[in-house]
Amino acid sequence: MSPLLAEIPYWGESLFRVLGGLVAVLLPAGTIVYVFLFKMMSFMQSRLGPMEAGPYGSMQLFAEVGKWLQKEDIVPERADARIFKMAPIIVLLSTFLLVVVVPFGPDALFTDLETGIFYALAVSSISVLGILIAGWSSANKYSLLGGLRAAGQLIAYELPMVLAVIGVVIQAGTMNLQKIVVAQNSGSMFGIDAVGHPYLISQFVGFVIFMIAIQAELTQAPFDMPIAESELVSGYMTEYSGFRFLIFFIGEFATAGVFAMIASVLFLGGWGVPFSWFGWTSIDEVDNWMNFAGPLIMFTKMMLIVFIIMWIRFSYPRLREDQLQRFAWKGLIPVALANIMVTSILKVVF
Amino acid sequence: MLGDRQQLSYIAAQAADARLNLELETEGMTLNIGPQHPATHGTLRIIARLDGEQVVWAEPACGYMHRGYEKLAEVRTFPQVTTLVNRIDWLGSFANEVPFILAAEKLMGVEAPTRAQYIRTILFELSRIANVSLFLGDLGVQLGAITPVFLAFRDREYVLNLIESATGGRFHPNFDRIGGLKDDLPAGWIDETRAVMKKLRGFCDQIEDLLFGNEIFQSRTRGIGVIPRDVALQYGLSGANLRASGVDWDLRRDQSLPMMWNKADWKVWTHPDGDSFARCWIRLQETRESTKIVDQLLGSIPAGPVMAKVPKIIKVPEGEAWVSTENPLGEMGYYVVSRGDLGPFRVKIRSASFNNISITPWLLRGVYVPDIVTILASLYFILGDIDR
Repeated sequence: MSPLLAEIPYWGESLFRVLGGLVAVLLPAGTIVYVFLFKMMSFMQSRLGPMEAGPYGSMQLFAEVGKWLQKEDIVPERADARIFKMAPIIVLLSTFLLVVVVPFGPDALFTDLETGIFYALAVSSISVLGILIAGWSSANKYSLLGGLRAAGQLIAYELPMVLAVIGVVIQAGTMNLQKIVVAQNSGSMFGIDAVGHPYLISQFVGFVIFMIAIQAELTQAPFDMPIAESELVSGYMTEYSGFRFLIFFIGEFATAGVFAMIASVLFLGGWGVPFSWFGWTSIDEVDNWMNFAGPLIMFTKMMLIVFIIMWIRFSYPRLREDQLQRFAWKGLIPVALANIMVTSILKVVF
Repeated sequence: MLGDRQQLSYIAAQAADARLNLELETEGMTLNIGPQHPATHGTLRIIARLDGEQVVWAEPACGYMHRGYEKLAEVRTFPQVTTLVNRIDWLGSFANEVPFILAAEKLMGVEAPTRAQYIRTILFELSRIANVSLFLGDLGVQLGAITPVFLAFRDREYVLNLIESATGGRFHPNFDRIGGLKDDLPAGWIDETRAVMKKLRGFCDQIEDLLFGNEIFQSRTRGIGVIPRDVALQYGLSGANLRASGVDWDLRRDQSLPMMWNKADWKVWTHPDGDSFARCWIRLQETRESTKIVDQLLGSIPAGPVMAKVPKIIKVPEGEAWVSTENPLGEMGYYVVSRGDLGPFRVKIRSASFNNISITPWLLRGVYVPDIVTILASLYFILGDIDR
């Protein structure tokens, strides 16, 4: 048990963790929707975006949530009602499972799994299941096509993502996300430790592959084939309305936030600042205030990464399904494999 | 009993099914795209038989928005018909009025004054710009890029404002009269138009950078939906769709009408490929050419009246006339039969989109579902222009 929570009884700690989990998932999701979807997209498209609800439309999100909650929860007559209702929850569930292993500070973390990144990649695939059953159970041809496309795409892009992460794991020598953060911040490049050793620099190829793969995992343009509103109406979400659609919507942006957090942990040094700035040498010497500053640093890095994702989303057209598969199997995976080989050779040499 | 055409397409569907079942022992799926579907921007319905994501057979079903303008025109007087035909291709309304008015003028033997002809040509090209600039934005949405459409709407608004300040109507100007125009241009309109044309050339560059130069856009459109030259001619395509297949044919240049296109220096673009990219690219170039035409004509508008001497109550002498022009969507023509009454005895409207989509069953065979959207977007139809 972390020293921060040492004085709190078990029930209090559990409550603390649940609230922390909700904040860690919903706060980034809300911020991403407001800052990027409402405002950045509007500015890119020479318009203002929401301006009425609150100053600069900042309360728009609450208005939207209120609207969705009031809507009727429609289940198509021929749908498989039970799993139709279950699907969005499975999608959101995978996001909550994902955030569990993300470290936010030296002690501010939910669990410190030794195989953290392995776990993260594993649970992120659960959302595929939710999307697939959403597409299947809707009893709608567009949903079915969307669900099948989603399954094919998410499985295809899972692989380059795993392979890109392996480069980081080889370099850090651990699968524990906390230790990956520490390895980057306490490391040095050619004897210079002023900025630590963020793997963004030494694993740049891996970073690019990882970013492309999460773009596809999040089904954002140019990889938004499963939703493809001009072809498939709304893909696997076509038949959903009311709060079930809201859950899909939150799930989409919350997952974007959590994936961006994982990317920042793997490549940008996560919650940490370079340890040499304050004369720390290991995790035990890190001051307690990092438990408060850490989440903020993490949040900033997350917003930077989501900015890149959204920027690409708003300016690119969509790939076709076969082009998308070809890109994954013939482009990303060979490059990722080559990256692993080069990384392991260099690891042995130096 | 089914009609011949329906029967043939029914047999084709059965044959497609049988082939599927023989080869793969799987059942095909029939996907109904439309009548309400985001890709058809209107009520076009496409029935597609799918094998996985591949289209085995497809057929457009139109008529969901048929408004019977040909019949309605028979119970209207000649000046009233412009109100109807405005609504055929609602994005380029002014261009719809012109051929009808020209046909009526031809029957009556009057010709609009030179100034009116200049203004008609300018407004004609402005409605082409308004129409095609929306196409350029909409193209992005169909292919999944959401930003271009907002840029298109922003810059199209300038053109609509010009049309509104000259004619009083943003969408449906109803400005053409037999023998000239309703009014003269407002003060300051010419300078304003020059500024807007400059903005629109900027918009064309922007779209070219944002969309046409994009690798994904190119890989989605190049080699997709190729229409060879002879097939394009067989199906009676017109406008940019025909020119994209390498046919050098533009009614503005090839026909002598009392309009002022020959007074300006501009180019008819053609493209040898005939694919979706070629069709989109031709339209982009045509928007640029249109801004050039407008710029040149603005400089040489002569002074004078905008209305010829015509009687208050217009009676068109007996006779038949066919006039067609190069509208934003392609060739649009009116065959007007008059029996010497206040209104036409019979009007046949030849609208471009109806012929342009007739190629879809041939073109959609064997493509993937995402390419249906690309091909339909690049063929560019307006539902009102299909169903009339």
